Amino acid sequence: MNRMTASYATLGLLLLATVFIGGQCGGESGDTPGVTDKTIKVGNTNPYSGPASSYGTIGRAIEGYFKMVNEQGGINGRQIEFITYDDGYSPPKTVEQIRRLVEQDEVAFLFQTLGTPTNTAIWEYVNQKKVPHLFVATGATKWGDPQGHPWTIGFQPNYQTESKIYATYILEQFPNAKIGILYQNDDYGKDYLLGFKDGLGEAGQRMIVAEVSYEVTDPTIDSQIVSLKGSGADVFFNISIPKFAAQSIRKISEIGWKPVHFLNNVSQSVAAVMKPAGLKRSKGIISTRFFKDPSDPEWADDPAVIEWRKWIGEYYPDGNPDEPFNAYAYIVSQLLHHVIEKCGDNLSRENIMAEAANIKDLELSMLLPGMRINTSSTDFYPIEQMQLMKFDGERWRAMGGLIDTSSS
Amino acid sequence: MEQATQLDSSGVQAALTAKRRRTAGLAALVALACVLPFVMSDYRNFQFSLVYIYAIALLGLNILTGYSGQISLGHGAFFAMGSYTTAILIKDYGVGYGWTIPLAGVICLVVGFLFGLPAVRLEGLYLAMATLALALALPQILKHFEDWTGGVQGIVIAKPGAPFGLPLSPDQWLYFLSLAIMLAAFFTGWNLLRGRVGRALVALRDHHLAAEAMGINTTLYKSLAFGVSAMYTGIAGALAAVVVQFVAPDSFQLFLSITFLVGVVIGGLASISGAIYGAFFIQFVPTYMQDISKAAPWAVYGILMIAFMYAMPIGIAGFVRLTITRFSRKAEEPDRGA
Repeated sequence: MNRMTASYATLGLLLLATVFIGGQCGGESGDTPGVTDKTIKVGNTNPYSGPASSYGTIGRAIEGYFKMVNEQGGINGRQIEFITYDDGYSPPKTVEQIRRLVEQDEVAFLFQTLGTPTNTAIWEYVNQKKVPHLFVATGATKWGDPQGHPWTIGFQPNYQTESKIYATYILEQFPNAKIGILYQNDDYGKDYLLGFKDGLGEAGQRMIVAEVSYEVTDPTIDSQIVSLKGSGADVFFNISIPKFAAQSIRKISEIGWKPVHFLNNVSQSVAAVMKPAGLKRSKGIISTRFFKDPSDPEWADDPAVIEWRKWIGEYYPDGNPDEPFNAYAYIVSQLLHHVIEKCGDNLSRENIMAEAANIKDLELSMLLPGMRINTSSTDFYPIEQMQLMKFDGERWRAMGGLIDTSSS
Repeated sequence: MEQATQLDSSGVQAALTAKRRRTAGLAALVALACVLPFVMSDYRNFQFSLVYIYAIALLGLNILTGYSGQISLGHGAFFAMGSYTTAILIKDYGVGYGWTIPLAGVICLVVGFLFGLPAVRLEGLYLAMATLALALALPQILKHFEDWTGGVQGIVIAKPGAPFGLPLSPDQWLYFLSLAIMLAAFFTGWNLLRGRVGRALVALRDHHLAAEAMGINTTLYKSLAFGVSAMYTGIAGALAAVVVQFVAPDSFQLFLSITFLVGVVIGGLASISGAIYGAFFIQFVPTYMQDISKAAPWAVYGILMIAFMYAMPIGIAGFVRLTITRFSRKAEEPDRGA
């Protein structure tokens, strides 16, 4: 055999060999792919590697939750087979892994796929394929679009919802405030800003005296804080990620500015923001929450948190019991549990989607007391309640009751 | 020496049959590649389209790194440029996707050549640093021009169906499109590299003073290599945008550039078929290493990389070449004895 021919043959063999890598399609019986009398296949992608890998714990915690459910006999007698792949927070990889889940593993539906750019990449695909795309893990506002994308539904309160809460509170408590805003110059910052201005309505024209932005690559935001002080603002809305939130708290105190400080809940971590900035300096900051932070002493004796700690110890022992993401994962898993339970034996994709969009006053143990989840065929935003909280120099304290933004 | 007289008749004959066999081998391989999409699932067709796209990009990088000996850590940036050219032209100007691919190639050729002019004065690691800067900067530049690029949200592209009423699914059509462009890219690449230009590049890589003494214009050839290399990678990026139907800055992080370099080295430096082997590696290993170890998939990747480098120090293509030579020698020996 001639050398060149042999090398073509090698390439040909490689082509053929890779056709079978990872297994070919398994022929399923039944009407819905991924559903049998004994099992339901659920697909997920998470960034277990790459720049956003700190979120990866959410996927592992969901795995742990369904391990518990399966040991207890599954849901309506069916075991949950949770298949999760790493996409490294890279959209092309997400597309590939989602297609692997839908076309090759033949999952019944997708659940909690994480990230805004990654979910954007598969948004059209899942809606064309009519695969339920349940409770996506992102705070962007666009996921509640039952008209244009009837197969995708959100989960957590979105950025606009949160900033409307601050706006409403400011209108009530400080009707004559002069507001200064700092925001990160990307879609996350702009989503917050838009919601805030919507919430203020016409009064915003008069109340907002300064709006400055920073780039996520900026080394410091000192000059932005100085110019905000110079504008004469007495209320400060701070839309920044933890690193810059800590810097701004420090700088505000250094230059002796004393505004009422509203901080987006992206940066509510005591360990990552308040401690580095200085606990005393952080006193009086206002933010929001929607679930029980397991590291907060306020909930130390709460039965739900005690049960949650027992669960994490047994089913996800590698997980950090002080990590709010693990509580978040538990809540969203409970929500899915509820939806599948309600589907009963009608596990068609249409019905799974219909039940996901038909939740009435559902209470989950790790959500704040009194919170209820509601969805409908026109409301694809499951969680729309939050509670304001204030930092007392040591930890967050609840401030007033729950605020519902769904009706406003 | 004694055989010299025989060469006239049987030698020419042998060369002719060898050439015929080679053509037949290539034809069989292409035929196989054309049959596959009809027996594979659409998901597989999508994966193979990506393999062909990566092969084009790796060939581009191989022209620069393998043949002309310049290290680039920034080819992810050219890939991104190609992708965004296509996405923006489709979204804002309604250009047909077929036209955007050559346009992306031309834009990357020009940008690559211009970037190459000053960059080629840098040698080795310093050039690697300069290109690294390009790869680091581009995702942020993309976020800055939000009106065009859609910022962090990126741009969604509609999936094109098969034209001329061909009875193909969209994934099958994109498979054939990728395959055809890859074959064209490899054919032109092969023509370019086996002739004057290829020899000049290799000469510059191996001994650049001697090459200059022989009258090879260093700046021109090195910049040209940079430009052509960027063009191939840009075409691959454009095609990737159409096949993946989405572009966003997060798709083109630094890791992509490193992945390309890994593909070139694992596949085989200065080898045309190496680009294909490398493409298979970077497409399939990261996706399926999770099946081997859930806890530490990237450790599996690392171990595989070390294993490949240890067992095949000149890349998969080099390994295949050596093995085949060894076997064909063994096969020829009994003939000689007779």
